[in-house]
Amino acid sequence: MPLLELDQVQVRFPLVGGGWGRPARQVHAVEDVSFNVEAGEAVGLVGESGCGKTTLGRAVLRLVEPTAGRVRFDGEDITALSRSELRKRRRQFQMVFQDPFSSLNPRLTVGQSLSEPLEIHGLAPTAAARNTRINALLEAVGLHPDHAGRYPHEFSGGQRQRIGIARALAVEPRLLVCDEPVSALDVSVQAQVVNLLQDLQRKRGLALLFISHDLAVVEHLCKRVVVLYLGRVVEIGPTPAVCRDPAHPYTQALLSAVPTMDAESGRRRIILRGDVPSPVDPPAGCAFHQRCPLAEARCRVERPALRELKPGHWTACHLAS
Amino acid sequence: MPLLAIHDLEVDFRLNDRWVRVVDGVSLEIATGETLCLVGESGCGKSVTALSIGRLLPEPPARYSAGRIEVEGRDVLKMDGKGLRSVRGGVVSYIFQEPGAALNPVHRVGAQIREVLKIHRPEKATDAEILRLLTEVGIPDPAERIRCYPHELSGGMQQRVMIAMAIATEPKLLIADEPTTALDVTIQAQILDLLLDLKHRLGMAMLLITHNLGLVGGLADRVAVMYAGQIVETAPAHALLRHPRHPYTRALIQSVPELGHPRERLLAIPGTVPTPGDWPEGCRFAPRCPKVRESCHRAAPLLDRLPDGRQVRCPFPNP
Repeated sequence: MPLLELDQVQVRFPLVGGGWGRPARQVHAVEDVSFNVEAGEAVGLVGESGCGKTTLGRAVLRLVEPTAGRVRFDGEDITALSRSELRKRRRQFQMVFQDPFSSLNPRLTVGQSLSEPLEIHGLAPTAAARNTRINALLEAVGLHPDHAGRYPHEFSGGQRQRIGIARALAVEPRLLVCDEPVSALDVSVQAQVVNLLQDLQRKRGLALLFISHDLAVVEHLCKRVVVLYLGRVVEIGPTPAVCRDPAHPYTQALLSAVPTMDAESGRRRIILRGDVPSPVDPPAGCAFHQRCPLAEARCRVERPALRELKPGHWTACHLAS
Repeated sequence: MPLLAIHDLEVDFRLNDRWVRVVDGVSLEIATGETLCLVGESGCGKSVTALSIGRLLPEPPARYSAGRIEVEGRDVLKMDGKGLRSVRGGVVSYIFQEPGAALNPVHRVGAQIREVLKIHRPEKATDAEILRLLTEVGIPDPAERIRCYPHELSGGMQQRVMIAMAIATEPKLLIADEPTTALDVTIQAQILDLLLDLKHRLGMAMLLITHNLGLVGGLADRVAVMYAGQIVETAPAHALLRHPRHPYTRALIQSVPELGHPRERLLAIPGTVPTPGDWPEGCRFAPRCPKVRESCHRAAPLLDRLPDGRQVRCPFPNP
């Protein structure tokens, strides 16, 4: 049984407006997304801004409510749980946010921030036990126990992200949803945090849902990858297969657009025309057809379903073979 | 005479009643038609160096405490307002990271381009020229876009409008400060493609400021790497990427995962980037350097010119 199971998840946000007999318009942020994350597995979720990857990450934790579909954790449907039941389950899945500057409470010391989840979940009943846990957590993320008495502003971006990760780890979750955890960091510091996440996944058997626009980091860290475009899964498969032999024209363009340091890679760059369409009025047929260099007549009318091309490698394209 | 020659530039900023050095002795040259990439992380002084060329930093809080910035042989730091206006736009144009913040939100994009033309090429301040510029930068339906406000355009389109404004003055040097950092990968590829195309067609020189070494290979002729206010290495682009000589450049290249070349583990650079005012004694990279020696903490290394013409600020460079 998979640890996390997404079953036709949909998230729509109402727009202000409508009324006078007109239906309120909606942002179709996430549409019909299904995939699994196994225990201890690292899965990447990639796509450009506005593709719904952050919304989907939040929907997994029910930080936004899915408007349709099911999210099952360890076989249990968490979309049906009451608030208080959900809070108990949240111990199992935690989130690391993009911006380490705004995701920590500036008025709490690092020790207080780390102590909070332990108290809420009753994991360390005495102050002494909590301190032991906090020291162990700080060491696990490469910080010094002395840092517990300091405030977030005394730390650099990379250190703050480590604190954010320590806070998520405090309750010993089985799944960590990381939303662009290194995007706000300096280049030379990103690798430290990527290596830390890699260690945690391997040594603690932590499952990761790693949300990123950076395909190179995802290739490095994740065994499988899910590519989103305009709220829908366009490709899903083992990372080496998707990166080496992408099936969907969008994935091909996305990979070819990544700047490379290797001048002789001989990669052919595919320059896409135009911009991502609005998720308020997603195009009919394949959402990518307006920008697709291969689009045919049926792509404009018929929405492609996910098909399995090779074992475990799925794509939503009429033309892929 | 090079188009741009910066000599030993020092820039300070006023911070809590003391002057903090941000750019510390930067020298670089750009020849006509050449593209130089200035690479570095946040706080290394790359943007301040770039803004100094048009003297765009407000004084105070900034202060040019030493050096010369010669644009076509004339020192920008000694110019009066009239001289500066002839350099800005006339010789040097800028595009910035956030096109949404750089465009005026209450004027239509056509009017903003016209304003630039009126100042610098008044005889060409016509609809026809604006349309030509918008076409030049690859904006579809330029006749319609001319009446758009910036918020009606996507980030990629806004950046194209910025580029149209920048090339409207027919500059000899285009300074692009992180022009694609705020954009998505596929849009970034479009904009880089456009810059490369314009560079070849218009014969402009370009100073590209970036933190992303991946952009260097496709665009730059030469690269200068900055760390903590100083240039630590300059080299032809491909030579730098293939054989970085300075330990910082090398570490920076190895710390970034490269698509299609997965490695078991990334080589992380320990510690953090030092902030201006807290630069270490001796070599500024010494506390993070994998090849550090005792002497590195004491003597500040000079930017040495190697026999092959490259420059490295390290007494023990990689072979």
